[in-house]
Amino acid sequence: MPVPEVSESFAGSVNRVTLGATSDAGGTRSSTVTVGGATNVVYGGSFDDAGEKPVIAMDVIDSPPEDWPDTLSDVYKDVLASPGDWAKKCVEQLGADLICVKFDGIHPDKADKDADHAVKVTEEVLKAVSVPLVLWGSGNDEKDNQIMPKVSEAAKGENCLIGTVKEDNYKALTAIALADGHNLITEAPLDINISKQVNILASDMGFPLERIVTFQATGALGYGMEYSYSIQERQRLAALGGDKMMAMPIICDVGYESWRAKEAKLVDVTGWGSVEDRGPMWEAATAICLLQAGADIIRLRHPRAVKAVKNFIDQMWQ
Amino acid sequence: MILIGERINGMFTDVKQAIADKDKKVIQDLAKRQTDAGASYLDVNVGTAAADQEGTMQWLVETIQETCSTPLALDSQKPDVIAAGLKVINADNGVMLNSTPLNKKSDEEVFDKHIEMAEKAGPKVNIITLTMDKNGVPQDVDMRVALAAEIVSKAMEKGFDTQRLFIDPIVLPVKVPNAQVQAGNILTAMEQIRYLTDPAPHMTVGLSNISQGATERSLINRILLAMAISRGLDSAITDVLDEEFMNVVKTAEMLMNKQIYSDSFLKVYAAG
Repeated sequence: MPVPEVSESFAGSVNRVTLGATSDAGGTRSSTVTVGGATNVVYGGSFDDAGEKPVIAMDVIDSPPEDWPDTLSDVYKDVLASPGDWAKKCVEQLGADLICVKFDGIHPDKADKDADHAVKVTEEVLKAVSVPLVLWGSGNDEKDNQIMPKVSEAAKGENCLIGTVKEDNYKALTAIALADGHNLITEAPLDINISKQVNILASDMGFPLERIVTFQATGALGYGMEYSYSIQERQRLAALGGDKMMAMPIICDVGYESWRAKEAKLVDVTGWGSVEDRGPMWEAATAICLLQAGADIIRLRHPRAVKAVKNFIDQMWQ
Repeated sequence: MILIGERINGMFTDVKQAIADKDKKVIQDLAKRQTDAGASYLDVNVGTAAADQEGTMQWLVETIQETCSTPLALDSQKPDVIAAGLKVINADNGVMLNSTPLNKKSDEEVFDKHIEMAEKAGPKVNIITLTMDKNGVPQDVDMRVALAAEIVSKAMEKGFDTQRLFIDPIVLPVKVPNAQVQAGNILTAMEQIRYLTDPAPHMTVGLSNISQGATERSLINRILLAMAISRGLDSAITDVLDEEFMNVVKTAEMLMNKQIYSDSFLKVYAAG
């Protein structure tokens, strides 16, 4: 008896978003990165239905992080004070597809740095590497509204992915990202109703839906990962069902969330194994789970996690 | 929800007049307004006034297609009129053949003919089939469901994809002596029809029929719609220009979890 064909087909698909601009398009990147494009559930249908391969954005922090555990900061100790060199290391030695410049240093509770600093870091990283960039604010609305527009302007024409905009703070960055030709990250706090609403709000300002990537907030393994998982899954199904307001590729912040877990960083705990292994493993396990729920861009930190996740992607997305 | 806009129908006086005067603008304007309002298909019915029904159907189809690529529902009880429309239609946009009973006294093979027409015209041509046969419109739940089952099994026998089949359990006017029980019967029948296939067969109804001759027509239409959506209705031939009606479609589908809620859910409804 022949095996019946049971794969479903869908009317909708996930948008394809291309990041980066080469010289032909008015930028300085050596190549672009395209994400999205799936026309089925993860692993559903044929290989063609899977769309573009997911990619890894490695984090570069704008000023030296003070709260990183040694397992992580030791890897980057020679470049922590130089975002350009840091980015270069990630791209040339560690295989990053994208660099995510995270502007923690502008946060008033951290280094409280100013716009000149942020612009300088942006220019430095743009010069040091030729992959497309993700530019991610500090999470403090007031400071981000002051500084991220300057960052956007400094990278004008480079077709970056910039964010994040939220339901109650979206106007400033959406307008400037539109003017400077960037793609936009819309953020929601593990709430799909709000996620849809932010996309509608950005769209109402004239921002093209085809240039939005959603951030549903990420939970690490043991810390709410299943919430991220089910929301991303639901977003994919809505996209396949033709919901244009939910048809965006997804970005996850796995690096930051995984290294917050005590399992990733507590030293000398009996029975937990080596701390050198636990952190990268926590990161990789979280990333691999979320890839199965439809993530398109994964932010990571530790080289060993990057290696493991890339290996997984190469095997699963042909 | 797959909404079929009902306004291009010779029974409406403006359309009747436009057909008589060969006034394309009236027709094209109705096509655009219904499309903008969210119609997935535009019903095209020549009505009873035109002497040359086949020619009029072709004129309507060509007139609409000049300015609009929304799929059309060719609406006639006469297969020849539908066939005439099919000759000039762009079937790649999608077509609905509206409609056929399972069989009728004058033509036992009418359903088969519709299937053949649809198969010949291309993969995007769907069929509306009424739960009705040569004995007329069934008055009870069981007969409606039995006819629906027969429709589905006959389509399967013919190798016709059941997802291209829209079952119409026939809405009757509520303001007819002793007919008030029918609305409830239709809803109960829908609840059973949706389990005939997996995925469920599409179901459509000529919704405005419920309020023929009644007062509060729009209210009656809207309430029946909300009730029917809860029983699996996923299509309707209706007045998509009625904004309050469309708001009920959007709200009912959202409550049935067919659309993800957002605070702007009325504004961003995505029709099927």
